[in-house]
Amino acid sequence: MAKQEIEVSNVFVTEQKSVRKKTKKKQLPLSTIVLGSIVPGLIVVVWEILTRIGYFPAYQLPAPSTILITIYDMAVDGSLWGHIGLTTYRVFVGFVIGTLIAVLLGSFVGFNRNIEKFFDPMIQAFRAIPSLAWVPLFILWMGIGESSKITMIALGVFFPVYLNVVSGILNVDRQLIEVGRIYGLNTVQLVTRIILPAALPSFLVGIRSGLGLGWMFVVAAELMGASQGLGFLLVLGQNTLAPETILASIILFALIGKLSDWVLKIIEQRALHWQDGLANQERGGN
Amino acid sequence: MGLTLKKVSRSFAGKTVVNNISLSTKPGEIVGILGTSGSGKSTLLRAISGLDQDYEGEISINGTPIQGVHEKIGFIFQEPRLLPWLTVIENVIFGLTGNKQEKIIRARQYLQNVGLQDCEHLYPRQLSGGMAQRVAIARALVTSPEILLLDEPFSALDAFTKMQLQDLLLKIWEMYQSTLILVTHDVDEALYLCDRIIILRGQPGEIAEEIEIQESRPRQRGSQTLAHLKAKILESLELEQMSVLQV
Repeated sequence: MAKQEIEVSNVFVTEQKSVRKKTKKKQLPLSTIVLGSIVPGLIVVVWEILTRIGYFPAYQLPAPSTILITIYDMAVDGSLWGHIGLTTYRVFVGFVIGTLIAVLLGSFVGFNRNIEKFFDPMIQAFRAIPSLAWVPLFILWMGIGESSKITMIALGVFFPVYLNVVSGILNVDRQLIEVGRIYGLNTVQLVTRIILPAALPSFLVGIRSGLGLGWMFVVAAELMGASQGLGFLLVLGQNTLAPETILASIILFALIGKLSDWVLKIIEQRALHWQDGLANQERGGN
Repeated sequence: MGLTLKKVSRSFAGKTVVNNISLSTKPGEIVGILGTSGSGKSTLLRAISGLDQDYEGEISINGTPIQGVHEKIGFIFQEPRLLPWLTVIENVIFGLTGNKQEKIIRARQYLQNVGLQDCEHLYPRQLSGGMAQRVAIARALVTSPEILLLDEPFSALDAFTKMQLQDLLLKIWEMYQSTLILVTHDVDEALYLCDRIIILRGQPGEIAEEIEIQESRPRQRGSQTLAHLKAKILESLELEQMSVLQV
């Protein structure tokens, strides 16, 4: 929580800087941030006080400062980096595999109505299964090693990416495709020059929600059995009656998840700078 | 030579939309196809463009029947239909092939023709409706089409922009002398721009009348001759409404 407050105040500072550049546009977010941080700030302060005076028993709800110290200690003895590194690695590999398969299958289904008839009903049926229900089966097949965890995460990432790739391709404006046809583009050129760029926004939405699910599934996968990773910290905290470890892990999950989403958001803004709403107006005066 | 249509008809699921259209154009002529909605004007234009190939009859350019889209035909749609992820100049060179540098030089020339030489790095969302349609005009002209098809190109624009772009179109037409085939439901626009107006009427649409406009350019909007022709055209179109009511 305290860590989050620090994050918020960092944002606050950068916002203030940009306010000077674009007074009109940024004034609203500034007040939003001030208003939005009052309640969490108060909660953290009250929480700290109540725990210090012993209102909350420390073995159930440790003070925010204790949680920060826990994270700090792990950072100092080096174990923190191992946990973060391994969890991030799992999410990353699962994310890449899930995205690749989703893009391949999604493109086939999106471009070819016959393939759609073969695959789409099956994929929709699989989608109806809550993905976590696969966990026992994957563990049975692949053990509790890396492969079952990564498969888990890849499965979670797959569905949102797949669905967005398919709908992105199917929803490409027919009018734009006609423009391509008027200029005599062949199928490959239509795909590369019109359909893919037009489907890109939808694809990016898909990988962002896919990444979000990836973080969700890594928790599930690591809860099932791991000897390292942020999800392992959750189990460790539970087994050693150390709520500060659990809360530290939760905060780290929040921070890293947000960070990775932020990276994707920047990529998205770079790739879609031509879109309404996302883009800056500074080129207007050219 | 130019464009020739022989007995072109098009039906959708058994329902004929345009029936038995024959016409031929002279090079550099501006032909207007005028009709109320549902008379199949756009359908006819799509058949000529090659976007729609399921018509009956024959369409030929300079005596050769065409199959599919033809490089000598350009098309300007009702909407600008710019690719939103490309800048103005990238949109203009979209249909060109060959050396990038040459394409850009060529595109700049056409952007200058439509008065947008300073906007080449803008994205479509940054353009007004009129500017976007100018880009679309430049994109259609940059491939030097012998025949330019226009499907109600100015109907989405406000009255002033519309007049400006009509004049711009005439100016560019004088430079490049393409044959223009303009589908419109705006009688004044047809009278102001065209050498010949073909009136489509009925369902399925058939050629009801052909009107030659002799008046030299630049024409006066609302001149006596044009007003007279307008009355004649409206009369010819109103007949259709009567017959629809009777049915």
